[in-house]
Amino acid sequence: MSFSFKDHELTYGPKTVLKNLHLHIQPGEHVAIIGESGVGKSTLLKALREQQASTSAWCPQQPGLVPMLSCLHNIYMGRLDQYNFLINLKQLLYPSAKIRTEIASIAIKLGLEHELQQAAEQLSGGQQQRCSIGRGLFSKKSILIADEPVSALDEFQALKVLDVMKHHFETMVIAFHDIHFARHSCKRMIALKNGGLYFDKQIDTVTDDELKEVYRST
Amino acid sequence: MFKATSSSHALIQVTFLMIGLAFVAFLFSDIAIHTSQPWFELSLMLKGFAQPVFMSWHTLWPALCKTLSFAIQGVVCSALLGFILALFFNYTWIRLLASFSRAIHELFWALLFIQIAGLSPLTGFLAILIPYTGVFAKVFSEILDECDKEPERSLSLNPPNLSLFLYTRFFMCWEQLKNYLSYRLECGLRSSAILGFVGLPTLGFELESFFKQGDYAEAAGLLYLFFILIISLKYVFKVTLLPFYVVAAFLYLPPVASGSWTLMWGFITHDIVPAPLRTGDWLGFLDWCKTLCLNSAFKGVFNSLILAQIALVCTGVMSLTLFPFRSALFFSKPWRFISHSGLIVLRSCPEYLLTFISLLIFGPSMLPAIIALSVHNSSIIAHLLALQSAQLKLQIDVQVGFNRYFYEVLPRLYGNFLALLFYRWEIILRETAILGMLGIPTLGFFIDSAFEDIRFDRALFFILISAILNMTVDSISVFFRKRLHIHSQPELV
Repeated sequence: MSFSFKDHELTYGPKTVLKNLHLHIQPGEHVAIIGESGVGKSTLLKALREQQASTSAWCPQQPGLVPMLSCLHNIYMGRLDQYNFLINLKQLLYPSAKIRTEIASIAIKLGLEHELQQAAEQLSGGQQQRCSIGRGLFSKKSILIADEPVSALDEFQALKVLDVMKHHFETMVIAFHDIHFARHSCKRMIALKNGGLYFDKQIDTVTDDELKEVYRST
Repeated sequence: MFKATSSSHALIQVTFLMIGLAFVAFLFSDIAIHTSQPWFELSLMLKGFAQPVFMSWHTLWPALCKTLSFAIQGVVCSALLGFILALFFNYTWIRLLASFSRAIHELFWALLFIQIAGLSPLTGFLAILIPYTGVFAKVFSEILDECDKEPERSLSLNPPNLSLFLYTRFFMCWEQLKNYLSYRLECGLRSSAILGFVGLPTLGFELESFFKQGDYAEAAGLLYLFFILIISLKYVFKVTLLPFYVVAAFLYLPPVASGSWTLMWGFITHDIVPAPLRTGDWLGFLDWCKTLCLNSAFKGVFNSLILAQIALVCTGVMSLTLFPFRSALFFSKPWRFISHSGLIVLRSCPEYLLTFISLLIFGPSMLPAIIALSVHNSSIIAHLLALQSAQLKLQIDVQVGFNRYFYEVLPRLYGNFLALLFYRWEIILRETAILGMLGIPTLGFFIDSAFEDIRFDRALFFILISAILNMTVDSISVFFRKRLHIHSQPELV
C-alpha cells in the first residue's frame, strides 16, 4: 500500500491550498511534513488519510476523545471497526481480560498505566494526547497519519513516545512543528511553501538554511 | 424580510411584529367576564384550597397507580421509539411523521382510540405513546446533532456505524438525553392525569368530578398530592431504576383492550370515512369539506390563532417579568427559593386544569385560556431564563437593579428568550385547540362536538386541520429561529 498524487490539486473549502502536487510515499517510509501554519499540512494529511481510510490510524491535533469514557475505553475505540456491535457493547460494559492486558501494555509504553480508569476529561492535555496515540497503536494498523501528535508533551516524553510510534508503525506520515522531533523520528522530509512542495528529500540532507527558508515569509 | 442575522435590530423587528399581531388578535378576541358571581366562586375555591380534604387511600391508590403506569409506559416506550426515529431524522418522511404525531394533542388521540379500544389501558398507553414519540424524535435528533463530532471524525472516514455511534455521540449526549427523559416523565404525569378528563381512570377523572361538583376542598387535596408527586419525581425516579418501574407499570396495567375487531374495522373503514365518500360521491365530498370549513373549521382556526397569539405575547411578558425573581443576579437565596417553588407549582399545574379553574371564575370566554396558557408557559420559560442568567459572567462593578436588568442581562438573554418563546409557540397552539374541549370555540371545540354527536368523520377532519395548523406554525417557528440565528436548548427544565 502506498500513497500517490500526480499533478493533484488540494482545496480547503473554496480555497486551493496545494497545486500541481506530485508525491509518492512507499510502504515502510517515515515521512515528516513541515511548513508554516496554514500552508496546507492538515489538508495534505486529510487527503492522504482518504487514500488509505481503512488501513491507516489517525492522530489529529486535537485528540478526539470522548470526555466521559475512560482512557481504557478511548484506547479501545481504535478497534471499533474490527469487531461487531455486540462485542463492542460487551467491551463497553465489561472489557475482557485479554483486551485489558493488551491495552495495559500499550499504556505502560506511553506512561499512562495509572490513568487507564480515569475519564478522558480528567486527563491533562499531554495525557489526552498520549491516549489518542494509544488509540492509534491499539488499532493494529500499519500506517500512521498524525498531525502534531506530541505538541503538548515535554521533550523527554515526546521523544520516548515518538520512539514507540517509530517501532510500531511500518509507515508514518507526521506533520511537525518542531524540527528536532521530525529529525528524531523520520527519514524523509517534505516541506510545503507557497501552495506547493518546497522540497522533498532525505532528512539528513536538509540544511539549516533550507529550513530557515521554509519558515521565511514571502 | 428578515436577514439571516441575530442583530438586535432584527430581534426587535420580530418582537414588534409579534406584539402587533397580538394587538390585532386582541381586537377580534372575546375577552369578557361572564360569570355573575366570580368572586363568590373564587372565595369558595380559596376556602377549599386553605382547608384541603384528602381522599381515602382506598379510592386514591388505584387512580394514582394508573396515572403513574400510563405515564411510565407511555413516556419510556415513546423515548425508545423516538430515539430510533431520531437516528433517521434526515429522512423527510420521518420528520413529517414525527411532526404529524406530535401535532395532535394526546387528548385527541385518546378520543380517537376510545372509539376503537374503549376506556381501556391500551387507549391511555397509545394516547401518550404517539404524540410523545414525535416530541422525543425531534428533541433527541436536535441533541444528537449538536453534539461535538470531533471524536467521530477522528476515528473513521467510513460511514458511521452503530458501534461508533454508541462509543461517541451516544455517550457524549447521554446526560442531556437522560435529563430530557426525566423532564418528559414530569410532562407524562401531567398528560396521564388529564387523560382522566376524557374518562380514563386517572387522577384527572377524580379531579374533574370534584371541580364540577364544587368540592374544592377535595380537589385541593388531590391537586396538592399531584404537586408532591411531581416534585418528588426528581428524587424517586432514577434512570437506573427505570427498567424496574417499567416492568411494574406493565404488570400492573397491561396495555390491552377488549374491543372487537369488527368494531375497529367498522371504525376505520366506515365511521371515519367522510359521509359522502362512503357512497363514492366525490362531488358531495367537496361540498362536505366546503361546508365544514365555512361553518366551523375556519372559525376554529381563526380563534385558535387569535388565542395562541395573545397567549404567546402574554407568556413573553410574564416570563421576562418573572425570571429575575428566580435569578441569583437579582435576588437573595430565600426569595429565590420562594420563586422557584412558585414556578414549580405553576408549571406542574396542567394548562387544561388552569383553564378549568379560570373558567369557573371568569366564565366562558378566551380570558381563562389566555391566563392558563400564559401562566403555565411563562413559568417554564422564566425558570429556563433564570438558569441561563446564572451562566452569564458579569463584571463585579456592573449596575444593580433595573439598570442591571435592562442594560446587562436582558440584551444578553434576549436571543435565547425569543428562541424559547418560538419553541413554545407550537405547544401553545396545540394547547389552544385542546382548550376548546372546555367550551372555548377553538378547533378543539368543534372536534369535541363532533365526537359528542358521534360524527367521527367530522372529528377526524377537524383533527387533521388542527395537525396541519400546528405543523405550519412549527415550520414558521423553525424559520424564525434559523433566520434570526437564535438558538436555545429545548425545554430542559
